[in-house]
Amino acid sequence: MTYIAKPPLRHPTLERNKVGYTRRDYEGKISTLCAGCGHDSISAAIIQACWELDIEPHRVAKLSGIGCSSKTPDYFLGASHGFNTVHGRMPSVLTGANLAHRDLLYLGVSGDGDSASIGLGQFAHAMRRGVRMAYIVENNGVYGLTKGQFSATADQGSKSKKGVVNSDSPVDLVGLALQLGATYVARSFSGNKAQLVPLVKGALQHGGAAFIDVISPCVAFNNHPGSTKSYDYVREHNEAVSRIDFITGREEITVDYGPGEVVDVRQHDGTLLRLRSLNTGYDPTDRNQAMAYMQQHQARGEVLTGLLFVDPLATDLHTALNTSDRPLNALGEADLCPGAAALQKLNASLR
Amino acid sequence: MKPIESINDFVVKFSNVNGSGSASANELFAKAILRMGVPVSPRNIFPSNIQGLPTWYEVRVSEAGWLGRRGGIDMMVAMNPQTWDADVAELEPGGYLFYDSTRPLPPSKFRSDVHVIGMPLTEICNAVYSDPRQRQLFKNIVYVGALSVLLEIEPEVIEKLFSEQYRGKEKLLASNVQALHLGRDFAREHLKAPIGIRVRRADKVGDGIFVDGNSAAALGCVYGGATVAAWYPITPSSSVAEAFQKYCGKFRVDPATGQNRYAIVQAEDEIASIGMVVGAGWNGARAFTATSGPGVSLMTEFIGLAYFAEIPVTIINVQRGGPSTGMPTRTQQADVLACAYASHGDTKHVLLFPEDPHECFEHAAAALDLADRLQTPVFVMTDLDIGMNQRLCRPFVWEEGRRFDRGKVMTAEELEAGKDFGRYKDVDGDGIPWRTLPGTHPTRGSYFTRGTTRDPYARYSERGPDYIYNVERLLCKFRTAADLVPQPVLRLATEPTRLGVLYFGSTSPAMDEALEVLTDEGVHVDAMRLRAFPFPDSVAQFIAAHDRVFVVEQNRDAQMRSLLVNELEIDPARLVKVLHFDGTPITARFITTAILKHVQAPALAAPRRDPELQP
Repeated sequence: MTYIAKPPLRHPTLERNKVGYTRRDYEGKISTLCAGCGHDSISAAIIQACWELDIEPHRVAKLSGIGCSSKTPDYFLGASHGFNTVHGRMPSVLTGANLAHRDLLYLGVSGDGDSASIGLGQFAHAMRRGVRMAYIVENNGVYGLTKGQFSATADQGSKSKKGVVNSDSPVDLVGLALQLGATYVARSFSGNKAQLVPLVKGALQHGGAAFIDVISPCVAFNNHPGSTKSYDYVREHNEAVSRIDFITGREEITVDYGPGEVVDVRQHDGTLLRLRSLNTGYDPTDRNQAMAYMQQHQARGEVLTGLLFVDPLATDLHTALNTSDRPLNALGEADLCPGAAALQKLNASLR
Repeated sequence: MKPIESINDFVVKFSNVNGSGSASANELFAKAILRMGVPVSPRNIFPSNIQGLPTWYEVRVSEAGWLGRRGGIDMMVAMNPQTWDADVAELEPGGYLFYDSTRPLPPSKFRSDVHVIGMPLTEICNAVYSDPRQRQLFKNIVYVGALSVLLEIEPEVIEKLFSEQYRGKEKLLASNVQALHLGRDFAREHLKAPIGIRVRRADKVGDGIFVDGNSAAALGCVYGGATVAAWYPITPSSSVAEAFQKYCGKFRVDPATGQNRYAIVQAEDEIASIGMVVGAGWNGARAFTATSGPGVSLMTEFIGLAYFAEIPVTIINVQRGGPSTGMPTRTQQADVLACAYASHGDTKHVLLFPEDPHECFEHAAAALDLADRLQTPVFVMTDLDIGMNQRLCRPFVWEEGRRFDRGKVMTAEELEAGKDFGRYKDVDGDGIPWRTLPGTHPTRGSYFTRGTTRDPYARYSERGPDYIYNVERLLCKFRTAADLVPQPVLRLATEPTRLGVLYFGSTSPAMDEALEVLTDEGVHVDAMRLRAFPFPDSVAQFIAAHDRVFVVEQNRDAQMRSLLVNELEIDPARLVKVLHFDGTPITARFITTAILKHVQAPALAAPRRDPELQP
């Protein structure tokens, strides 16, 4: 969190997207995170994704909980309304916000402390409700703001900076999201922008609950030998299921991937997720396969990344509740209040 | 002992076993009397249990229109052997004991000063019905039939109620009518009827409606424009959300598209419920949750966030006995302080205190307006007594063309016109800043909402002066609220007096009666019914105008009195506690006795100095 605004200087030749914005228009305040923090790379990926998708910044509502990751919405999309809620309880606030105004895009940013410990329940229920949002966990396996305690995603046997060995089993948020019914589930690495940007784009355009777990090493407290969430460890153990391109419906192009299996997944808004499978036979629309495949790799100490599962025709909580197409916050007296005559009838029925 | 004799003024209590199907029969009894034009006020006194434990239904019949509990029982319909002794002991001398005489009881089980009416209910039902469930269920209707003869309740009225209840279910209608007449026939042939307490058709109900407070509060939320409800089941508030669902289904489905103009989520817990309400309020929808004390405890962190981040939130707190799980199915007014100062740090919240279902409706709708106007949490402090009991009250009223007060929401046009927007800036001097909703304008008016402090332009700041500006402005806003909330209701005694009484919420009907009884006793008391916190100036003026002010409330620790002392800096000695907190609704008799005791004890009022303390 910072009060230092970026200088408003703009290079006059900066490229503009279809809605007339430059990348700078998607930035926020100057980050106060540690130099080299993976979270800043994720912010950069969000900026890139929104710019490329031609999203008007003010049409995004960005919500977070508490923690290093939850500070980051201040550092991107400065023209969007942001909400830094309470520790671990961002999902419920986002759910309410989404119910109030279904036409905005909802971006939930959380951390491993925020979502896997205090907020595990809210994370789980947001996934099972199918709240339409992109829910990004910036996962570093450690509590940075309180200086280095293990979080619930820290791997069993990994070491803290002070040399303490973690004896608890980790919470795997991807596994939970798959099990709980999330309809877009991915894992990525903050050091792999080429993979992360299309994943964020896909999540933002997805029709239901989209979840991305991003391993994001903490340079201050969890980037040392013995950590399984360090840059070196993740780079060495990364196993990607696919390479992904995100193609909006209106500008579909054919990309020659060369040899290798290509899977096109068209979402109901017309966008296309083009996946080049790096593992022959991996079907990103098979939830059971995703679960099994992820667990096999986890057992081998590998971090499986990429788009693990997608239900391209997913619907959301509004569909389930049969909510009005007009946002609820735009309805007025005539839509909502039954009026005096109806009340008189009701009075008569209560005698 | 001379039997009690009274027409249209008595109390009947039904003692039953939870789960035996007595509730609808007992309600039928109450409603039949109401349909004869005689005011009734029934109260469920029930256990935190689905089946097996004792449950009671107390019906006060009062042609004079007293709707509070009176105290004392004139007739006991004793259907629960487990509670026999206590039930019999509760009867007023000269009262009536109606019981199932199928199995004989020893004389020691009866009182000589009550009039005993035995009827072999089990035997009758066993003879007529073979199905065990029918035997049990129709036993209740059979005793209602017998009571209709004993108390002269018109059977046609009961039959009409049956026909309304079982419209389209002819078989059920016929079997209930049959059971009713089974009871009536036996009573006519074998019992001495009528007895001393009786019902006589009157015209004292007028246009009053008979409804429970939870349904009324839900309807208030519909009329007040709530579109998002998030809740978690908890007694005694669950029926608020369930009634909201029912009314929305009736009134809020778009006839053209079949789509719902509302969203209701049964959340995973109270924390998520309030979180959703906070999110919806932040995004410009009118949103509410309904809960009880334990739920409020879980919600307090979010309540603090909503207070500090200035987000409209409406919370309907149907209070019950606490703390902790306390008495989940018993009534109290024991969350006053917990809600007034909910959360940590310096917080103060707006509380509304409805007296009956009519005001539950009014206050729920008003709360949604106030929350938007003040951009803050607003509590509607009902309780189990109003919430879960049907009460005769004034009909609901809605002024045609009434507009929702959406508060200070800056539009895209205003931003475009260059209006200065500082989210936490007090531009109008009332402590209430302007807000914008997400998505309003491409380049202007966005801001970051957070629980950490900030400057008037919503920029993160840890500067002391910025923090002080924030919290003092919040206090200013709270003072503004005092003029916006429902104002107290003053009721002056017929003669000048130095005694005053303050009361609030569900105490109201018992207090109305107590004041009249006190007047008859020659004790004149000015009364003020508090309807909201913060307290308007008139409350301090009322206290200043009297030497002694009784504060009547239904909790152990005199929470309202503490709030008055704390907020108005009143000398505590001037505020006399009158406290009722056994979980049952307060009675007129309790209030009258407590005030008379104080008034008639001159030693308490006389100045006294302990000689031991002389210098």
